[in-house]
Amino acid sequence: MAPDSPEQAVELTPDGTLTSEALREELLKAYPKKSRRKREKQFIINEKTVNEDGTVTLPQIGANTRTIPGILTQRGCTYAGCKGVILGPTRDIVNITHGPIGCGYYSWLTRRNQTSAPSDDHENYMTYCFSTDMQDENIIFGGEKKLAAAIQEAYDIFQPKAIAVFSTCPVGLIGDDVHQVAKDMKEKLGINIFGFSCEGYKGVSQSAGHHIANNQVFKHVVGTDNTPRSKFSINLLGEYNIGGDAFVLEDLLERCGIELVSTFSGNSTYDQFANAHMANLNAVMCHRSINYVADMIEKKYGTPWIKVNFIGAKSTAKSLRKIGEYFADEKLMEQIEKVISEEYPAVFEAQKQYKPKLEGKRVMLFVGGSRAHHYQDLFGELGMKTVAAGYEFAHRDDYEGRDVIPDIKIDADSRNIEELHVDADPDMYDSDKVRDKWAKEEKGYSFAEYDGMMTQMAEKALVIDDINHYESEELIKRVKPDLFCAGIKEKYVVQKMGVPCKQLHSYDYGGPYAGFRGAIEFYKDIDRLVNAKVWKMIKAPWDE
Amino acid sequence: MSLLRHTKGGEVHERQALTVNPAKTCQPVGAMYAALGIHKCLPHSHGSQGCCSYHRSTLSRHYKEPAMAGTGSFTEGSSVFGGQANLLTAIENMFTLYKPDVIAVHTTCLSETIGDDIPQITENAIDKGLVPEGKFVIHANTPSYVGAHPTGFANMTKAMVDYFAKSTREDKVARRVNIIPGYVEPADMAEIKRLAKLMGLDPIMFPDTSGVLDAPQTGVHEMYPAGGVTIDELIAAGDAQQTIALGPVCSGPAAKALYAKCKVPQTTMGLPIGLAATDKFVMAMRSLNGGFVPEEIKYERGRLLDLMTDMHQYFYGKSVALWGDPDQLVGLSELLMSVDMLPKYVVTGTPGKKFLKRMGDVLGDKVHESFVRQGPCADMYLMHQWIKNEPCDLLMGNTYGKYIARDDDIPYVRHGFPILDRVGHQYFPTVGYKGAIRVLEQILNVLMDRQDRDSPEETFELTM
Ligand code: SF4
Ligand code: SF4
Repeated sequence: MAPDSPEQAVELTPDGTLTSEALREELLKAYPKKSRRKREKQFIINEKTVNEDGTVTLPQIGANTRTIPGILTQRGCTYAGCKGVILGPTRDIVNITHGPIGCGYYSWLTRRNQTSAPSDDHENYMTYCFSTDMQDENIIFGGEKKLAAAIQEAYDIFQPKAIAVFSTCPVGLIGDDVHQVAKDMKEKLGINIFGFSCEGYKGVSQSAGHHIANNQVFKHVVGTDNTPRSKFSINLLGEYNIGGDAFVLEDLLERCGIELVSTFSGNSTYDQFANAHMANLNAVMCHRSINYVADMIEKKYGTPWIKVNFIGAKSTAKSLRKIGEYFADEKLMEQIEKVISEEYPAVFEAQKQYKPKLEGKRVMLFVGGSRAHHYQDLFGELGMKTVAAGYEFAHRDDYEGRDVIPDIKIDADSRNIEELHVDADPDMYDSDKVRDKWAKEEKGYSFAEYDGMMTQMAEKALVIDDINHYESEELIKRVKPDLFCAGIKEKYVVQKMGVPCKQLHSYDYGGPYAGFRGAIEFYKDIDRLVNAKVWKMIKAPWDE
Repeated sequence: MSLLRHTKGGEVHERQALTVNPAKTCQPVGAMYAALGIHKCLPHSHGSQGCCSYHRSTLSRHYKEPAMAGTGSFTEGSSVFGGQANLLTAIENMFTLYKPDVIAVHTTCLSETIGDDIPQITENAIDKGLVPEGKFVIHANTPSYVGAHPTGFANMTKAMVDYFAKSTREDKVARRVNIIPGYVEPADMAEIKRLAKLMGLDPIMFPDTSGVLDAPQTGVHEMYPAGGVTIDELIAAGDAQQTIALGPVCSGPAAKALYAKCKVPQTTMGLPIGLAATDKFVMAMRSLNGGFVPEEIKYERGRLLDLMTDMHQYFYGKSVALWGDPDQLVGLSELLMSVDMLPKYVVTGTPGKKFLKRMGDVLGDKVHESFVRQGPCADMYLMHQWIKNEPCDLLMGNTYGKYIARDDDIPYVRHGFPILDRVGHQYFPTVGYKGAIRVLEQILNVLMDRQDRDSPEETFELTM
């Protein structure tokens, strides 16, 4: 979408009287001193400075720092990011949660990653919850034996091709060595078994869990199957098939003539991961959760990555073209144009229908590590204005762009997340790809780029990292947005205030929203939600 | 396509270590639910933030309501040095920003493994002036490697007694009765209170989530909705004439603590699910009100009985698979037995000493026709294998049953926690005579729908 022009400052309220500065100050006032100091850095106003050379400098935001205890955060834990987000959508790995029962229970089917196994003969363990259900004696005497026995039982009963083990908080504390157990059992059983040290207390949010998951999948699975892939082959990284998004994209890519080797990890299988290094390009959707794998594949195999976004019709077209341009093949590019022109009429039709009903409405988005950005494109297509946004667990680069990465201070919480050391693979490293990349870069094609959320947002819009309940409620009270986007914990709070809330984790059990078809679906759903009659019925006739 | 395609009949592989599709979840979610049943209480999860996020999400998905709670957001540092600093900061922030009357702290597996001493940290908070005058911090220990979500509910309910109940006079207050409702829905709690009031009693019910997790849409978000037991009521519970604890697992410990602390006599009985259990509950109340039962209650009982007699033929001989919490399972089984249905498969992951014996009593001479399993690896996977080997006519349990229901095409009534995919459970009680009517009606609906769907043309019935 065309970014809101930076000169035009955001209007928080229709009458334009509330300024971002005043609102920020009002909200920060309520905090105890120490908490205020932290929140000041994470609650900022998007004031862009245009430099002499025409470049734009963004204000700095505090992100990926510890959550303040007792603040009522949206955030979850490392385990959730690892087991729930990254490995959850893969259907044929038996995922055993090593810990007491709850952690595994709550991540059982609750993230709505859809999957489509071709037939009953194909494995699908996503409907199952596997746990070692640690008991008192396992905490006291250690849980390694029970874990080994659980792996054995899983193997005996289900005969899977791979088993993954996820550590929860107590496991790290009592010092169970899940990696050793996994290694021993791998040797014993002859299938791939690997562990994740994704205890919930590591890092400061789900984000650490993404990183840990990336590392282990890369270390234990990627690169184990060297079956060659076609010329126009890609991996789609950071797409989790919520509400069937991946299905839409699979279809789209296929029609364009692009071969999808693997998706990390929507509708994925173990074998796809194993073969992922044979693709010729990595296309990254959710930068936050998956850039690590993209980087590691590039280092080891020379495969470059680009940032794409398939949320929003314009962005979808742009992303397809960008892939086409990478392969620089006339026929492929033609085919891509053909597919885009097949899809677009319906999109225009839908925009004509829904835009008049939604144009000018104000939205706030507080969710995830990429969605609060990507979905601004869809709202832009409907003429809706994003007045405030922020991520739940992103880092500064997701706000300010990857250029700031060298400046990011690594604090104690991030330092304890392993950075894998990756070297070029002597046999598989493809230096042609690298030379080709350099040549393309010279011509202005950009790799490994991401400008972040803030460049795109309106001047003086509010950018709030790790928003909490207090701030959300005050924002809603004062700004009265037409729509608030968040997750299940916020959903009913917001709606109690008479403001519709769209869940952007679960899509409110709707979707798909990706690609062209998804965009149309989204317009419809937003119209249904925002313009529902029920919002006008809240006042009783006797209160009129 | 089958959803649980890896579940097969045949030999049932006995497992010692691997739980598959559990029939329980962890303590803190029960503690959080109970704490929300105190008026103006903000629950707080002392541990890493994932647990709290999961618990709040589960409660919100189940109730379609906000479920407010804080977390200690432990990091690696806190897991090494303990969570004292986290709790102090949390207490300060919560009282400053959210102004609750009570913060109800529960632990998680992490803070339990570390061994944080909550009362001592709370003392510290008071010394530092972080707890405003007239406000409280209470706590319950809820390690999930001991017990399950009903245990957490029981522990937090007991904490209400430990922290608040006071005996202020020699003689107890006549007709004031404490009712501990057990891990039931807000609608059930309201129904239990209604019955007690009809019986002429002055009930103090704790916890009481009615009016909290079924709050109305008013255009205003009340951080602390109107419902919930008040601190004054909790204090006054110490002077009540009697405590009636519904459900030994969830309510027993608090009732015993209240007796030990304030000498309030207690009766612990099953949840009032079905005719006989409700009769028992009414009789217990009758012994406190001078011996009368109001017309309204008699009428309700009669209506239930009427349904049971009229529709008995549809219930008779039907076998049921049940999974869930011990107190619920005993109540439901008794209700099923009363209309000559058979609780054929029963599993619970929640421990609790007398469960098997209670099930034995309920099953009576049918005990040999049933499979009942409790504890580790007593899970839905085991139950499903039993079903594969010998089918049953009905499933009753939480949302996770829908996968079995579809795969094996079995009529299914949602009951218990969590129900993530239907509403109704928060509005319509399943306890008391009226509640039993609802349960039986739900059972009838699915059984008769099945008959309608399956009967051939010649036996398709208009009237049933
Ligand atoms: S660590 Fe314990 S308390 Fe936390 S979710 Fe897991 S089982 Fe529940
Ligand atoms: S115990 Fe740890 S791993 Fe489990 S849910 Fe809680 S924070 Fe996450």
